[in-house]
Amino acid sequence: MHEQDTEGVKIGLEVHCQLTSLATKLFCSSPSDYRGKPPNTNICPVCIGTPGSLPVLNRKAVTHAAMIALALNFKIPERMLFFRKNYFYPDMAKNFQITQYDRAGGVPFATDGHITLDSGKRIRIGRMQLEEDPAKLSYDGTIESSTQTFVDYNRAGITLVEIVTDPDFESPREAREFLNKLSSILEHLSVSDLNLEGSVRCDANISMAGGRRVEVKNISSFKEVERALNFEITRQRSLTSKGIKVMQETRHWDEIRRITISLRLKEEEQDYRYFPEADLVPVTLTKQFVQDVKKGMPEMPEERAKRFQKDYHLSGETAQILVREKALADFFEEAAKHSKDARQLGSWLAVDLQAYLNEYGKSLEELKLTPKHFAEMANMVSSGEVSRGAAKTAFVEMLKTGRMPRSISEEKGLKVISDTGFVESLIDKIFSENPQAVQDALKDPKAVNFLLGQIMRATKGRVDPAVANRLVRERLAAAKGSK
Amino acid sequence: MTKKQRQEQFISEKEVEHLAELAKLELSKKEFTKLRGELNEILGYFRLIDEVDTENVSPTYHVQDIVNVLRDDTPTPQQPDMLLEDAPQKKDRFIKAPKMI
Ligand SMILES: [Zn+2]
Repeated sequence: MHEQDTEGVKIGLEVHCQLTSLATKLFCSSPSDYRGKPPNTNICPVCIGTPGSLPVLNRKAVTHAAMIALALNFKIPERMLFFRKNYFYPDMAKNFQITQYDRAGGVPFATDGHITLDSGKRIRIGRMQLEEDPAKLSYDGTIESSTQTFVDYNRAGITLVEIVTDPDFESPREAREFLNKLSSILEHLSVSDLNLEGSVRCDANISMAGGRRVEVKNISSFKEVERALNFEITRQRSLTSKGIKVMQETRHWDEIRRITISLRLKEEEQDYRYFPEADLVPVTLTKQFVQDVKKGMPEMPEERAKRFQKDYHLSGETAQILVREKALADFFEEAAKHSKDARQLGSWLAVDLQAYLNEYGKSLEELKLTPKHFAEMANMVSSGEVSRGAAKTAFVEMLKTGRMPRSISEEKGLKVISDTGFVESLIDKIFSENPQAVQDALKDPKAVNFLLGQIMRATKGRVDPAVANRLVRERLAAAKGSK
Repeated sequence: MTKKQRQEQFISEKEVEHLAELAKLELSKKEFTKLRGELNEILGYFRLIDEVDTENVSPTYHVQDIVNVLRDDTPTPQQPDMLLEDAPQKKDRFIKAPKMI
């Protein structure tokens, strides 16, 4: 992705995340496993808005939300309330959504949280709230041409956590780092499976020096956010450069065309007339409750990265890359059990593997490799069996075919050449073919690299560089002496 | 309610228009006048509450003095087909709603 000038850019994010590890919805006992189910099967009088039905809060949803709040450094108020957000739209059968509110005496689930980026910069998260997901709508053909709306209430009432940051991001890259950290935290807490379709959604607001605030809605995965923001910056900058003022508006991210489109919403629709939800009683979150939740918290990515540095002697950077995804961190730890050199292993997973996955747009899961593949790879290099350079060939082959690296190395003859007689005869040959280079190397020790490069090239990197270096220098010293 | 209160206008024409818009209601001139009159009476009645001194009273968000009514995260069997029978319009298992945009 291209980098661009982000001067004067201010970005805020609003993230909606389903708590997918819950078995039931937020306010009713309908099952939450709606994916792949026929329409309107996971419904009950509560989530379909039958008059007289009453919501009852899911205890585990409160516990899971409290875990998230603690992991994101939030303050948890001692008492929280639910509010009704009123609007007429068929995605909520009741004509209101039960959510939380930070005005009119409302108390959200948590306030004043933050995530610290690797640069040390703190991104403030103003509030977090619990709310219910609306139903899924579909249409005959496109949304514009359809004469009807088809409603599936299976998703209605699913637990959502809404996380709203302050406009603290100064570039799309910072927003991406924040979302990477957030998703790793959610994965480590095991409260949400972000790989499930529709489990996370993101809205972004973005303004640039001298322009108004533009909201971009409907970004359906964390990966798309940076792309949408980059598009929006380019669009706003090109308007400004033409002397057109950026208007305050709401735009929609079109994932397929990769552009934002103006929604032209009527201002009238923004009046939600929030008021307290009288069908739900207040919830107290006592110090004891918060303490208990804290005690039950699993290891968080930041702690894990520190442990990786300490226990496996990884660099801070490598450790950070590994904990960015829980699956990768787990994979590393599993592989480390079979490896004598965790540092070597860490570098294959954090550097070489990531480069490959980025290039081919694949995930580790898709490769169908076991931790043992990578452990064997690292062991081959750290024992000196294969040089780091030659091992790269086996590595790529391993990723492509799923074969074990040692068998690839044997088949391709990648093993380090330890026969010094062979290396010496090779040096003879290279010295006689490159007399000028030999003369240069005799005068300037730096010029020896050309000769070493020739040896590596002739052997596809299979000679131990230290051995080649020693033998070449010995030969040069002998040549100098005989002169 | 005194005669004076009844004549006072607690809700403007513009506010009624706004409410109708939010409720997606298209009102005839006659309905509009009738509704405004009724809303006015209701609001006038609620004005009585304004007379109570609430200076030192903390806000109440729930009329009952109970907190923490929670349930376990255990699914219970539902009867979706029975609920679907009550839907005014359906297509297959979808509930049909009017076009919204
Ligand atoms: Zn339900």
